[in-house]
Amino acid sequence: MIILQTDGLTKRFGALIAVDDFTIAIPEGEVFGLLGPNGAGKTTVLKMLTTLLPPSAGHASVGGFDVVRQAGAVRRIIGYVPQMISADGNLSGYENLLIFAKLYDIPRRELRQRIQDALALMGLTAAGNNLVKTYSGGMVRRLEMAQSMLHRPRVLFLDEPTVGLDPAARHLVWEHIQQLQRDFGDTILVTTHLMEEADILCQRVAIMHHGTVRAIGAPKELKASLGQPDATLDDVFMHYAGDTLDAGGRFRDIRRQRRVARRLG
Amino acid sequence: MISDVNAASRAAWASIPQAVSSFIRKTFALVELEIRKLRHDPTELISRAVQPALWLLVFGQVFGRIRGIGIAHYQDFLAPGILAQSVLFIAIFYGIAVIWERDLGLVHKFLVSPTPRVVLVLGKAVSASVRSISQVLIIYVLAVITGVHLSWNPLRLITVLAVVMLAAAFFSTFSLVIACLVKTRERFMGIGQLMTMPLFFASNAIYPISLMPNWLQAIARVNPLTYEVDALRGAMLASGTSQYGLLVDVGALLAASAILIAIGARLYPRVVT
Repeated sequence: MIILQTDGLTKRFGALIAVDDFTIAIPEGEVFGLLGPNGAGKTTVLKMLTTLLPPSAGHASVGGFDVVRQAGAVRRIIGYVPQMISADGNLSGYENLLIFAKLYDIPRRELRQRIQDALALMGLTAAGNNLVKTYSGGMVRRLEMAQSMLHRPRVLFLDEPTVGLDPAARHLVWEHIQQLQRDFGDTILVTTHLMEEADILCQRVAIMHHGTVRAIGAPKELKASLGQPDATLDDVFMHYAGDTLDAGGRFRDIRRQRRVARRLG
Repeated sequence: MISDVNAASRAAWASIPQAVSSFIRKTFALVELEIRKLRHDPTELISRAVQPALWLLVFGQVFGRIRGIGIAHYQDFLAPGILAQSVLFIAIFYGIAVIWERDLGLVHKFLVSPTPRVVLVLGKAVSASVRSISQVLIIYVLAVITGVHLSWNPLRLITVLAVVMLAAAFFSTFSLVIACLVKTRERFMGIGQLMTMPLFFASNAIYPISLMPNWLQAIARVNPLTYEVDALRGAMLASGTSQYGLLVDVGALLAASAILIAIGARLYPRVVT
């Protein structure tokens, strides 16, 4: 069953076309990757799908609800982890989850249990009562994932979930994402520019460049399509996006990533 | 068909109490967030005592000797003005927190949650109200020290608290609206500085309106700070009288807050785009 569908989704900012005619269909239970360099339009797609940004043209639906006309219904069934480190450092992990549990209308009598389950699932039980500013970067990310799944969403959106993390923390986050898919059958849409991440996590990926989808398919298929025996997803990426790749990305993206990296320590 | 429509409208009516309780619960969840943060780190509340102390202990002592101002007890006149001013100065920079939370991605998470936009703005406003309570305590301590003739009538104390909280909600929402329009910290700081002083000077906070030239009087009359100060003068002081009446003062602040919260709810989602 298709749980997320877009049709000609487009976003313009003045003369700039950030996302152009974006069309995908994601079946329930799939981990789908949006790949692309900085400024490719990945985050803009995510913002439209999570009701943060109204599309300029086209349609998108999540769980059968239109993201513009039925935004309220969409918000009840999705979870979202933004690219920035968004947990509140001046609160404990438990308190961070508590506030959002209330915003998601989780019944009072279930609050404590749900929060503790979510903390346990992400391996944060022991740190639950510590202030988040004492957490490592990987712990903050896992806390945010715990928060995003408190209300048991049907679709989870992760915007560059491992940006700025060291390799060990990165692998732990990957394991938890895979666990969510395995144990709960969650549909997960993840953006990344790390080929390894896409290769490990995603059943299918779409390669984006300058706001358009250049290629879409399983990592294995995409690699095979190049006709080289030992092609990696990196090669696929370079093939579809690389030749015209602007070195370095846009100033704003770089600044944001540096900021995230700095906060992660 | 008609019974279907009736059933649907009955269902809609039945869900109203639920929607209202969810509305209130979520507003207080956002206030709880603020209180929990303050509980972890209350230093901010204490550092805020410095500025009003300077106004009351230094400015007030000197200015009170000027006879031309025509006020018998200038300290009495000044205390409600400084209470209003200190709440204004804190609330007017509240919007910077919104920009900060936007940079962190916290605003994104609020907006993706099934929380009505007006609740997100109202929650912020009530949080600012709660924060302003400490300011009342500080000013009362300073007022006692400087010999202000305060009224200790419980009803009047409650009125002071209510007026201050309402004003904090108004000015913090004003600040939020500006933050949503300018979107960056640098621009916001500039505009924040630019607004506080004119709001303060074009009000009855430190001198009576009757001393002002006509053009300034006109501005002062549409300045919400004037109504806050007027209400506080009536409620705070032992021999206090308000010029416009408490009803007019509170009405003006309530109406202004409601309008701004409605505008804020429209603008708040734009801060992430």
